[in-house]
Amino acid sequence: MLNMDINFTRIIALVISAIFVNNFVLARFLGLCPFVGVSQKLDVAVGMGISMTFVVTMSSIITWPIYHYILVPYNLEYLNIISFILIIACFVQLVEIFVRKFNPILYKALGIYLPLITCNCAVLFVTLLNAQNNLNFIESIIHGFSAGVGFALALILMTSIRERLETADIPKAFRGVPIVFIIAGLMSLAFLGFSGLIVE
Amino acid sequence: MKNIGCLKKCFWNGVCTENPTFRLMLGLCPTLAVTVTAKNGLGIGLAATFVLLGSNIFVSLIKNFVPAQVRIPCYILIIATFVTIAKLVLQAYFPMLYAELGLFVDIMVVNCIILGRAEAFASKNSISLSIADALGMGAGFTLATVLIGAIREILGSGQLFGFVLVGDGFNPAIAMILPPGAFLTIGVIMAILSQMNTLQQRKNA
Repeated sequence: MLNMDINFTRIIALVISAIFVNNFVLARFLGLCPFVGVSQKLDVAVGMGISMTFVVTMSSIITWPIYHYILVPYNLEYLNIISFILIIACFVQLVEIFVRKFNPILYKALGIYLPLITCNCAVLFVTLLNAQNNLNFIESIIHGFSAGVGFALALILMTSIRERLETADIPKAFRGVPIVFIIAGLMSLAFLGFSGLIVE
Repeated sequence: MKNIGCLKKCFWNGVCTENPTFRLMLGLCPTLAVTVTAKNGLGIGLAATFVLLGSNIFVSLIKNFVPAQVRIPCYILIIATFVTIAKLVLQAYFPMLYAELGLFVDIMVVNCIILGRAEAFASKNSISLSIADALGMGAGFTLATVLIGAIREILGSGQLFGFVLVGDGFNPAIAMILPPGAFLTIGVIMAILSQMNTLQQRKNA
């Protein structure tokens, strides 16, 4: 069952797909809350992007053996939602304790965003997608990591645009959140250009 | 005994005053991701209403027994149970719809509307009020998803609930049923709402 075959074309396709073609924010609408809420200052956005990437990667690593060695052998696949969300919640809690103990500076910098990642739909979605598509262990890790990178990329791009928006003259009705969605729409339109990259 | 007026107020609060999508901006991921057609919007809206109803009832029932420190994990377990039920029912009876909604049904577990109402409302109020709140919030959410789905379906494919609306002269904008259309639609709807708010305030002033 532990299929460790590494198929490089598949892996490259997986990376490009998760970062550009099916970007988690711009094509799959996952993790929109931090995308709108945390995209005002660049340094915070970078911190959020990094912690998100870390949590998504680690969650992929932890949920894979649980799904394939516990849930599948006992035909309990339908319990994947319940078990994954509990694992992710516990894991984020654990990370929080470790970071607070060993690196208080990083802990302060991440602040509230670390615990908030638990209820970020992107994390759960990645783990469920790994299970649904039957990715092997290596592919799951790479898929999780590139999903996080795609999220960070979209978040950082958005933040850079929003920092410039502060001096722009926006119609009054569009100020605040509406313009963020319009920009996201245009970015998403631009990212559609990547969709020809992968022929599946 | 709660009177009917109180229940009604709770219901309309969810539909209008605190509409989860347009006012509170909660649970945007499914709202945007699956609303390619009005039918999908209705599907995800009803599924979310079912989960909201179930979780609100049970959270309200257990509110006096669960210690405050572990309440959030308990809520998540309750919600995950109802999401699993909704998913299995959809898979069994509406396989076509489930194929289109896909994993977005599953990730309703982490939908902030459902957890938000459990924490902010059901954990403090009686069962009847919680039911009214769940139905109101569910109706408000369904309204939003159907509205966005309808706009995108009409502009993107010239249809509504699968019926062709416009003649041959109409050239549908395919971008509207692709991801960008969702962002543009909700951006414009929010701008319109904000403009209406300003006008209202000016009238009152």
